Amino acid sequence: MTNSMSEIEHTDCILITGSNTAETHPIIGRMVKRAVQRNRAKLIIVDPRQVELTKYAHIWLRPRPGTDVAWINGLMNVIIAEELWDKVYVQERTEGFEAMRQAVAPYTPEVVSKITGVPAEDIRRAARMYAKAPRAMQLYAMGITQHSTGTNNVMALANLAMLCGNVGIEGGGVNPLRGQGNVQGACDMGALPNVFPGYQSVTDEAVLGKFEQGWGTGMRLSNRLGLMLTEMFPAIMDGKLKAMLIMGENPVLSDANATHVKEALEKLDLLVVQDIFFTETAQLADVVLPAASFAEKDGTFTNTERRVQRVRKAIDPPGSAMPDWQIICALAERIGQKLQERRDRDNGRNAARAAARPAYGRWDYASPSEIFDEMASLTPSYAGISYERLERGGLQWPCPTKYHPGTPYLHKGRFTRGKGKFAAIEFAPSAELPNEEYPFYLSTGRIRYHYHTGTMTRRSPGLETIAPEERLELNPQDAQRMGIAEGDLVRVTSRRGSIEAKVRLSERSSPGMVFGTFHFREVPINVLTNNALDPVAKIPEYKVCAVRVERVPTAERPAAPERKAAEELQPA
Amino acid sequence: MASFTRHDLKRIHLTVNGRPILARAGQTVLEAARENGIHIPTLCYHEKLKPIGACRLCVVDVAGTPTPVTSCTTPATEGMVVTTDSAMLENLRRETLKLLLLRHPMNCAACELNGNCQLQDLVHEYDITHQDLHTYEITPVEYDAGVWATPLIKYHPQRCVLCGRCVQACIEITGAGAINFKGRGATTRIAPVEPTLNSQGECVSCGECMAICPVNALTEANAKPKGKPWETTRVKTVCGYCGCGCELELNVVHGQVVGVTPAGDNGVNNGALCAKGRFGYGFINHQDRLKEPMIKRDGYWEQSNWDEALDYIADKLLQIRDQHGPDAIAALSSARCTNEDNYLFQKLTRGVIGTNNIDHCARL
Repeated sequence: MTNSMSEIEHTDCILITGSNTAETHPIIGRMVKRAVQRNRAKLIIVDPRQVELTKYAHIWLRPRPGTDVAWINGLMNVIIAEELWDKVYVQERTEGFEAMRQAVAPYTPEVVSKITGVPAEDIRRAARMYAKAPRAMQLYAMGITQHSTGTNNVMALANLAMLCGNVGIEGGGVNPLRGQGNVQGACDMGALPNVFPGYQSVTDEAVLGKFEQGWGTGMRLSNRLGLMLTEMFPAIMDGKLKAMLIMGENPVLSDANATHVKEALEKLDLLVVQDIFFTETAQLADVVLPAASFAEKDGTFTNTERRVQRVRKAIDPPGSAMPDWQIICALAERIGQKLQERRDRDNGRNAARAAARPAYGRWDYASPSEIFDEMASLTPSYAGISYERLERGGLQWPCPTKYHPGTPYLHKGRFTRGKGKFAAIEFAPSAELPNEEYPFYLSTGRIRYHYHTGTMTRRSPGLETIAPEERLELNPQDAQRMGIAEGDLVRVTSRRGSIEAKVRLSERSSPGMVFGTFHFREVPINVLTNNALDPVAKIPEYKVCAVRVERVPTAERPAAPERKAAEELQPA
Repeated sequence: MASFTRHDLKRIHLTVNGRPILARAGQTVLEAARENGIHIPTLCYHEKLKPIGACRLCVVDVAGTPTPVTSCTTPATEGMVVTTDSAMLENLRRETLKLLLLRHPMNCAACELNGNCQLQDLVHEYDITHQDLHTYEITPVEYDAGVWATPLIKYHPQRCVLCGRCVQACIEITGAGAINFKGRGATTRIAPVEPTLNSQGECVSCGECMAICPVNALTEANAKPKGKPWETTRVKTVCGYCGCGCELELNVVHGQVVGVTPAGDNGVNNGALCAKGRFGYGFINHQDRLKEPMIKRDGYWEQSNWDEALDYIADKLLQIRDQHGPDAIAALSSARCTNEDNYLFQKLTRGVIGTNNIDHCARL
């Protein structure tokens, strides 16, 4: 997020798109409700699903899935045509306006209405409401990014925010709501193929030098860009990738086109999984290492508003399980030891000398606090943060020095890159659209009571009672036409696979659209989803693919669903 | 939350128990008294909520007012003369408490809140025994357990003192309004409301009602019995589910996480939690947890140990790196692990294995 969560309750207008905030970020959802109810903030929601917050919205636009650039350009078209944009801000703080103005010129409300299905007058109303607010905040989530045009969608939103002078002010901003506890932190820490911690490029010689020196690894660091998650599976199929280490992830259920992922993982020479449960991915591994959960280790998480906070150990891990950082250190030391043995054998050097020179940098950390300090010394945006300071409460990065108070909102007075750059974005349809054979849009996401592939929430008795099985959302109009009733079993088929699930009739999905979650291993919805990727972010198009929905005749139904399949596989 | 009382800098002078005190404009008599160290007992009052005025324990005398008033709902005004501790007031409070106890069983040994209960403290303060309750010839009504708005929470109507905190929390903190008072007289209870057409009143199972209940009338339906307050360790940490980063406290008894409570009114969440954060802790001590390293040999899993497993991995990795180069190895990190875990994982991948093939689940 460019801004902070607390600002939601002090802004004048909130635009939410591609986020079922009340269910997936309940605490932020409540802030939005309070902003509307108590502080009379205006709320605009743009979502093909009738998400919970639409009840509180002043305007709800319901575009067809995958038409985001069109409606965003449409809003900008109206704002420019009606002279509602912030001319001083655009003049002083941005560049590239003219090209963007020409790009959005054809997107009149009437044209946009044809693409998106949203009435032209609603687009005008939404544009006026957003532009006239003194401060307007955008909140979005995976409904914007998980498209083959995800990067363009985000850039279009940024255009809109800059056009109205809403970046770099309190109560404004372009705010992606991060879906996982420490997804912000994992990115900040350089768990990405192109950057070191703090988004320092792996192709920058100066950065490489700094990390070579800082780590003392005694080897040249690679300046070749690595593979992104979604590129790894094809690389395995091509025989380029032979081994994989997976820490705390379950790509067999979570990644698009799951059948393909499973095939790829089975082909590896070595698959190591460290996790807290014997997940669907762990079942394919060669070695499984038991890790500690968040309750069993010390460390830090960075939340969606860039706030670094302390995670504290409450109990000991079960059995001989270890915190991930200790596992990694042990493995690194073991590899270093083997290499040293080899070198000694080859060179005939004595063991004492070998012991005096550990080959692979420092791995003997006594506590996570020491790891954090090493990281902070190499990461400018975290440089001023330490465990000692975090004891007094979380800190929002950038926090470059020991006495810096942290940064509640970014781009104040000046954009990080200098001037804010408008991008001229054209609308492009999704990679796969419904046709006669596959007439429905399928969109995937989460529900309130479960989280991702359900390894944690489905083992929490309360949550499992309240939401024990997948219910595919289908609009009653479609259901009536197809003779499907609430609770009926349907078969959903895409070009990549087929699943069976029970149906929940709900107005939440628009006619012609079905919605399912990826929480339930009995209904692995990602065998359906399209692994078409955004060309820049390589994010799969989870939010749009074309499917066929058929009612499964009663006779064909299995006697009892195999609920406990995964547990049975685990050795006692 | 506290937006109801808008404090400004204007000072108000009032006299409480003969002592002159200063209050800020907008404060209630209760708030002003508490800020000045004057004790007034309460049960329904909670700093996070608007004053409810239901329990009648905070009654005070205000000069010029014929009957006692509830101090939690009475704004402090200039020149007010207040008495909080007269014998008559104490007697009133004592009788009010006795009436509450006709409903609420004094079976503290069976209650998890024993030792950390406001009602228990008040009973102690006013020295009420079972004998005292016989002054009222009322047979308590039989209550059926009833259903709560969510299957995650169990309602104990006989414990309920009808303070209304839960009703108010559901409206003010959650914004749902899913529960309300139902019935009248001795059979009054709290019950789910029928969701209206625009689904206002739909329970979202956040458990704010349970967290704010002063007398343990709402408990977790699917949980094992929790420990006594004095054997419970509360460890402040951050929720691991979505990216909000709410602060919470893990309640630990004998090395097991038995519950989640909010960590005061601090953090981005101001002490609020959602269904996953509050009820989604069962996985931590689950029997399915992996406990030992395992190696698959010829398609069968064998339990192993760290030494053997690390040897196996290190040998295999080096062999693959020798044969195919470092870029034949890739690592997937995790958004559910800490910053330290992620930092070290990329350090291992880049600095020891020698490839930039590292990514995580940010796109999922």
